[in-house]
Amino acid sequence: MKEIVVIIGGGIAGLEAASQLLKLGYSPIIVEKSDRLGGHVARWNRLFPDMTPAQDLVSELIASSKDANIFLNTEISFINRLKDSYNIMLSNGISIISKYILYTTGFRLFEAQKKEEYGYGIYNQVITNADLEHWFNTNKDDRISGKDIKSIGFVHCVGSRDEKARNSQCSKVCCITAIKQAIELKEKYPEAEIYCFYMDLRLFGKKFEDFYTKAQRDHGIHFIRGRVSEVSENINGQVIVKAEDTLAGKPLKVTLDLLVLMSGMVCNPDSTKSASMLSLPIDSDGFLKSSDNVFHITSSPRKGIYYAGACTGPKTVPETLAEARSAVLEIHSTITGEAR
Amino acid sequence: MIYQGKQKIWSDYQKEIPDDHWYYVRSCIRQNFFPASEKMFLEICRDVLGKDVHENEHHTTCGGIAYHCDTIPQETAMTIVARQFALMTEAGYENYAASCITSFGNYTEILETWHEFPELETKIRELLWKSCRKEFKKPKYLAHTSDLIYKFRNEIAEKAKFRLVNKETGEPLRVVEHIGCHYSKMFPSKGVGGAEYPYVLAGMIESWGGNVIDYPERRHCCGYGFRQYHVKANRSYSLSNTYKKFESMEPYKPDMIITNCPGCPYFLDRWQYVIAETEGKTYGQNGFGIPVLTYEEVAGLVLGYDPWDLGLQLHQVGAEPLLDKIGIEYNPEDKYKGLDKKDLMRPELPTNLKCF
Repeated sequence: MKEIVVIIGGGIAGLEAASQLLKLGYSPIIVEKSDRLGGHVARWNRLFPDMTPAQDLVSELIASSKDANIFLNTEISFINRLKDSYNIMLSNGISIISKYILYTTGFRLFEAQKKEEYGYGIYNQVITNADLEHWFNTNKDDRISGKDIKSIGFVHCVGSRDEKARNSQCSKVCCITAIKQAIELKEKYPEAEIYCFYMDLRLFGKKFEDFYTKAQRDHGIHFIRGRVSEVSENINGQVIVKAEDTLAGKPLKVTLDLLVLMSGMVCNPDSTKSASMLSLPIDSDGFLKSSDNVFHITSSPRKGIYYAGACTGPKTVPETLAEARSAVLEIHSTITGEAR
Repeated sequence: MIYQGKQKIWSDYQKEIPDDHWYYVRSCIRQNFFPASEKMFLEICRDVLGKDVHENEHHTTCGGIAYHCDTIPQETAMTIVARQFALMTEAGYENYAASCITSFGNYTEILETWHEFPELETKIRELLWKSCRKEFKKPKYLAHTSDLIYKFRNEIAEKAKFRLVNKETGEPLRVVEHIGCHYSKMFPSKGVGGAEYPYVLAGMIESWGGNVIDYPERRHCCGYGFRQYHVKANRSYSLSNTYKKFESMEPYKPDMIITNCPGCPYFLDRWQYVIAETEGKTYGQNGFGIPVLTYEEVAGLVLGYDPWDLGLQLHQVGAEPLLDKIGIEYNPEDKYKGLDKKDLMRPELPTNLKCF
C-alpha cells in the first residue's frame, strides 16, 4: 500500500510537494481551506526577477499534482496523535490516518489597515501590493482604472520590521516586489513620477540588484530612504504623504495619485491553530518553529511532522519550491529508512 | 474618504466612561483664555444633565507645562499629580476628569509609568507623604472632560435649541475638529477614536448636526507646542505651524473650528489675527476669520445659552458670522458688557481681520 502523506495547504509549497511525492510513488492528500489551489501566488500577476507569469507556475504545479487527493473548502477539525501515526479529522467528516503530515500553510498578508497612519481603508487612493497585483490581473479597480495617474508612491515594510505592529521580522520579498511593481506601473504610466519609501533595501536574491539598478537608470524611479509618518487626503482626493528623507536630512511632503502599501508576511493563524493541536512549538515571530534554522528547517520536533514554505517564516517563491522538495526528500528518507 | 473605514476604527477605540460622580480638576490657563468654558462644563453637567461633579479649590497645576518644557523632572510632576489624587481620595471619588488635555496626557503617562514601574509609584508615595502627609488611591477611571461631553452628546442634542446647520440653506455646517496633541497621540487607546482619527469631537459635531472636515493637516499641532511658543525665539515656528493648518483647511471653507485643548483654541484664534495683520490673509468669509470655539462653548450655543455669557466676546475672531448662520440671536450692544451690565470697554479693532 502506498504511504499516505497529508499536506495541509494547497499553495505552491503544497502543490510542489504533492507533485514530488507522486513521482516517488506516495499518495499525497492536499487539504485546502479555500475553494482553489495556488495560494497567494495564484493571485499574483508576474514574478520577479524574470517577470514570469504567476499563472504559468501555478498551472504547471496543479497539472503535475493532479493525481493527488485534493480536498478544497476543507479545514482541519482536529488532529490527535496515535501510537505511531496521526488521526486527522477534516471538516467534511473524513478521517485520515497517516504517519506523515507536511505543513505548507504559508503566510497571511499583514492587514494594512492596522497601520492606521497610512490610511488604508480610509483614503480611496491607498491600496496594497495585493490590490495592485489584482489590478494587473483583471484591470478592474476604480481607484486605478481610468484615472489620470501622474504620481505614485510605494511604502516598504508595512507591518514588517515594525515593533509597533508586533512584527519584527523582515518579509524578505517586499523590497523586490515594490521595485517590480514600480517598474510595471511606470511601463503603464510612463509620465508618472514614482517614489519608493524604504528603510533599507534588502536585495539579496539573484538579479535583484540588477532590477534595482534598472528601476533607477531606465525608469527614473525615486528611492527615498525614510519612513512615512502619515498619510492624508486633499480636497481633490489625492493622498498627501509626509515622510523623512534621511539621506537628505529633511522632512518631505509629496502629493500622490496612488499610494501602494507593501504589506508584509505574518504567520497564518490557521498554522498556529492546527499546530496547537499537536503542541508544536511556535517561534518568537509567530511562525512555526523548525527543529533548527540551519540544518533541519523542514523538520519539526515531532516525529512525522514536516514543514515547507512560508509557514516557518517569509520566503521567496524559489525558496518555497526548494523547501517543498527538501521536505519531500526528508519524508522519503524517513519512510525508506523505516522500511529497511 | 471612506467613512465606514473610520467607523471601524472608532469602534475599535472606545473607552469606558462612567455615567456619574466625577472629581473635576481645572486647567491652569483655560480660565484666562476662554473664561466661561469650564463654568459651562460644570453647568451643563450639574444643571442640565443632573450629574455629580465635585470640585476642590485646593487643587493645583498638574505640572504638565513645566514637565513638557523640561523645567521640572518627571518625579516632581508625579508628586504634584499624586497630591491631586490624594485630594480626590479625600473627597471620596474614584472617577477623575481633567479639563486640560496636557493634564489628561500627563495623568495617563504617569499612571502607565507606575503600572510599568511600580517601584516608582512607591517612591512617589513616599515623597508625597514626606512633603504633604497625604496618601492616595489611583483613579478607577480617568477621562478628559471632552470625553464626558462626548458621552452625553446625544442627551445634549435632545435638549438643544439649535443645531449646527445653516438656517438659510439647511445644510450642515462644515466643522474642523482639532484635537489637542496630548489627548491620544501618546496613548491611542486612552482616547475616544484613537490617535489617527479621533472621534471625541467628531462625535459631538455629528450629534449636533454638523459635518466634519478631514483636511490634510488635520493631525498637525495647532502651533502652541509649549517649547515652540514659550521659548520666545521659537514663536515664528509656532506661527508657521498655525499658518500651515489654515492654508490646508482653507479650500474646505470651514464655518467653524471646535477644539478640546486649552492652548489650541487660543493659538488658532489669536494667530489668525497675526496672519491677517502681517500677511493680509483672512480665512473666513468676507474678511472675517474662522471662529474657533471650545467644545463647551459649542455645547452651550446649541443648548441656547447667550453667546456673551459663553464669553465669545473674548475671542479674537468674531463669532457673529457663525451665530448668524445658525440663527442664534444676540444683542450686539451687550457684547462688551460684563456682569451687571458693567461696561468692559471696546477693544481696538484689527486692520485686516474684520471684526464687529
